[in-house]
Amino acid sequence: MIHILLSRWRQGHRTMAYPKTLPALPERFRGRPEFDPGACAEGCRACRDACPTGAIELAPLRLDLGRCLFCTECVDACPDGVLRFTGDHRLAARNRDDLVQGPGTTPVLAAALGKELMRVLGRSLKLRVVSAGGCNGCEVDVNVLGTLAWDLGRFGIQFVASPRHADGLIICGPVTANMALAVQKTYDAVPDPKLVIAVGACAIAGGPYLHQAEQLGGAAAAGIPVDLFIPGCPPHPLTILDGLLRLLDKLQ
Amino acid sequence: MSDTLFAPVRNGQALPLADVPELTLAEFRDAVIQGVRSGMRLACLCADAALNLYAVLAEDAAGRLCAGRTRLEGPRYPALTPQCAQAHLFERELAEQYGIVPEGHPWFNPVRFHRSWVPGRDAWGRTGPIEPGVLDFYQVKGEEVHEVAVGPVHAGVIEPGHFRFQCHGETVFHLEIALGYQHRGVERALEGGPHPLSLKHAETACGDSSAAHAWAYCQALEGLAGFTVPARSQRVRGVALELERAANHTGDLGAMSGDVGFLPTASFCGRIRGDWLNMTAEACGSRLGRDWLRPGGLRMDLDSSRAGHLAERLDRAWADTVDAVELMWGAASVLNRFEAAGAVDPVQAREIGLVGVPARACGIALDVRRDHPFGPYAGHPVGPCLGESGNVQSRAWVRWLELAQSHSFLRTALESLAWGEPDARPAALPPLAADSFCVSMVEGWRGEVLHLAITGAEGRFRRYKIVDASFHNWFGLALALRGELVSDFPLCNKSFNLSYCGHDL
Repeated sequence: MIHILLSRWRQGHRTMAYPKTLPALPERFRGRPEFDPGACAEGCRACRDACPTGAIELAPLRLDLGRCLFCTECVDACPDGVLRFTGDHRLAARNRDDLVQGPGTTPVLAAALGKELMRVLGRSLKLRVVSAGGCNGCEVDVNVLGTLAWDLGRFGIQFVASPRHADGLIICGPVTANMALAVQKTYDAVPDPKLVIAVGACAIAGGPYLHQAEQLGGAAAAGIPVDLFIPGCPPHPLTILDGLLRLLDKLQ
Repeated sequence: MSDTLFAPVRNGQALPLADVPELTLAEFRDAVIQGVRSGMRLACLCADAALNLYAVLAEDAAGRLCAGRTRLEGPRYPALTPQCAQAHLFERELAEQYGIVPEGHPWFNPVRFHRSWVPGRDAWGRTGPIEPGVLDFYQVKGEEVHEVAVGPVHAGVIEPGHFRFQCHGETVFHLEIALGYQHRGVERALEGGPHPLSLKHAETACGDSSAAHAWAYCQALEGLAGFTVPARSQRVRGVALELERAANHTGDLGAMSGDVGFLPTASFCGRIRGDWLNMTAEACGSRLGRDWLRPGGLRMDLDSSRAGHLAERLDRAWADTVDAVELMWGAASVLNRFEAAGAVDPVQAREIGLVGVPARACGIALDVRRDHPFGPYAGHPVGPCLGESGNVQSRAWVRWLELAQSHSFLRTALESLAWGEPDARPAALPPLAADSFCVSMVEGWRGEVLHLAITGAEGRFRRYKIVDASFHNWFGLALALRGELVSDFPLCNKSFNLSYCGHDL
């Protein structure tokens, strides 16, 4: 027992102060992209050709964060330095269209739930996580929110073991054909009113597997209405938490 | 060195397909069966659409790999499994993928529940819809015997899979595991590649082993292109791989501790795992090492100042890890539970071809880094760290020894990287050799990751096979459960911590 207490003393209190202060993100962290308006050379399509998931459209330049894997192929390909990824971790959006960004668009942060949903779920949100054909990357970064460093419970959010105990689902992965029925049954088992949060590029639009016939192209494409989209491959835990807290109106 | 008709191959080096001996079916079967009997291991067995079978055998202690192939006359052949248990899942897999029937296979069921890749040729003659997890499970009958079915959706943040236990009271007689829910078509996506998404498919073949799979993919391409990666870049790849190992071993030790109700180590390790992942993020921007490696070298170099900074963080993470894990070794309640659960018989472990941590926990000395060295490991040998009893305790202990080894590798590597200039950014690789064959292996944190690339006339992938350590090891978990209590399943499962997506591809 004395050893446990000594360890506790040595390791100290490690739950981060977020959201009072932001934890330091690594210099190479790739968050919300930024664009240099009007800097594209006429007829240049380097970024579009380089993007492995077809997330970029031209005239005007638009990057779909729902498809983006944050791999920097576009940044490397651009001869004029039009695109760059910033350290801004706030990527979550309520509407799929809000994820499409480009020069001149205004970044839209995820809006809070409506009054009635906030009354029911605002102080206690229980979520069931369903992994549906991803690579376990998003699951890793969702799971980490439960550790003492992030301590998700202090925000009234908790992961639960049964959909019947849940107020909503977190879906990771592109929803494989083999998981479609299980996802639907899990969704049906959550009592109303319920939320669905799509975490990661796969769950939003199929991610790196978007061309594969073995998957359905994400939660929405699989027929599950999505209330919050959290882009990334995988999203940083801070990006996921930011989305959850904005949904519950716990961030300014 | 045992005699074999198979040709020697080297990890990460391509050879013309013509140099992989094409044997008669009888010779091929004999080479595999006799090879495995004489102590070799079936590292890979796969087919292609033209009814070729390919096998890679590993004689780990001798540091030797060899490969052979045969062409079938029709979509059926006498199964290897009755004489060679290691072929069990491979034969089910090639039956499912190409409709080739291994006749006499003792447990002939699908692996991932997808349609045959050859239209109209199904090994089971199925024409209707294919439902995942629907099969004739092995059943134990008797008045007091009951069945417990779990999954695909589990009670945690965890991937999907179906587990069917045959129980007598609390005692498990038999466990059968049905996977395939995560099947998203990785191997088929790689066919005809390299494509722009191929590196991503490798990185996400098993997303918690991104560095291992990305490296195996890069190494296969570099072998086929005849390209030598500069030593500094190889050392950085070693840093990526060992950080991945350290993070996951720390997380696993914590999770195992949590599964026996010892919460201090569980809580500390959950956080410290994040510290290791954040070191990876410091180096490349992604906690899982995404976009760090690329064919030819690195996408994100590790300059000297960054390496120096990482070395400082390494000391802190290691000190915290030691502090947290040693608490667990001092707790009798933990050791009591660890030692009493999940033993795999070492003889059976060899027979079924376990790899990685569960194999070493049985005292089987194999580690790709030592046996088939790649990258920096030829000049900096590590492993294998061995346990004895093959139980949960041994698997935990092997992880602990490996953590210490990873720390020492990282210390040396980061110190040397803190000097000198990063390598130039790699240019695009030269074209891949046509009609060639390349086996690329990396020791991921779970164990052996094998990528087999076979190119066609245009130097594009005619077949790309991925074998994650989990593919070899899931059956080991089933064996570990025999005679155990159902309530010990979470602990046993965690002590293997196998990948669903790495298996399902």
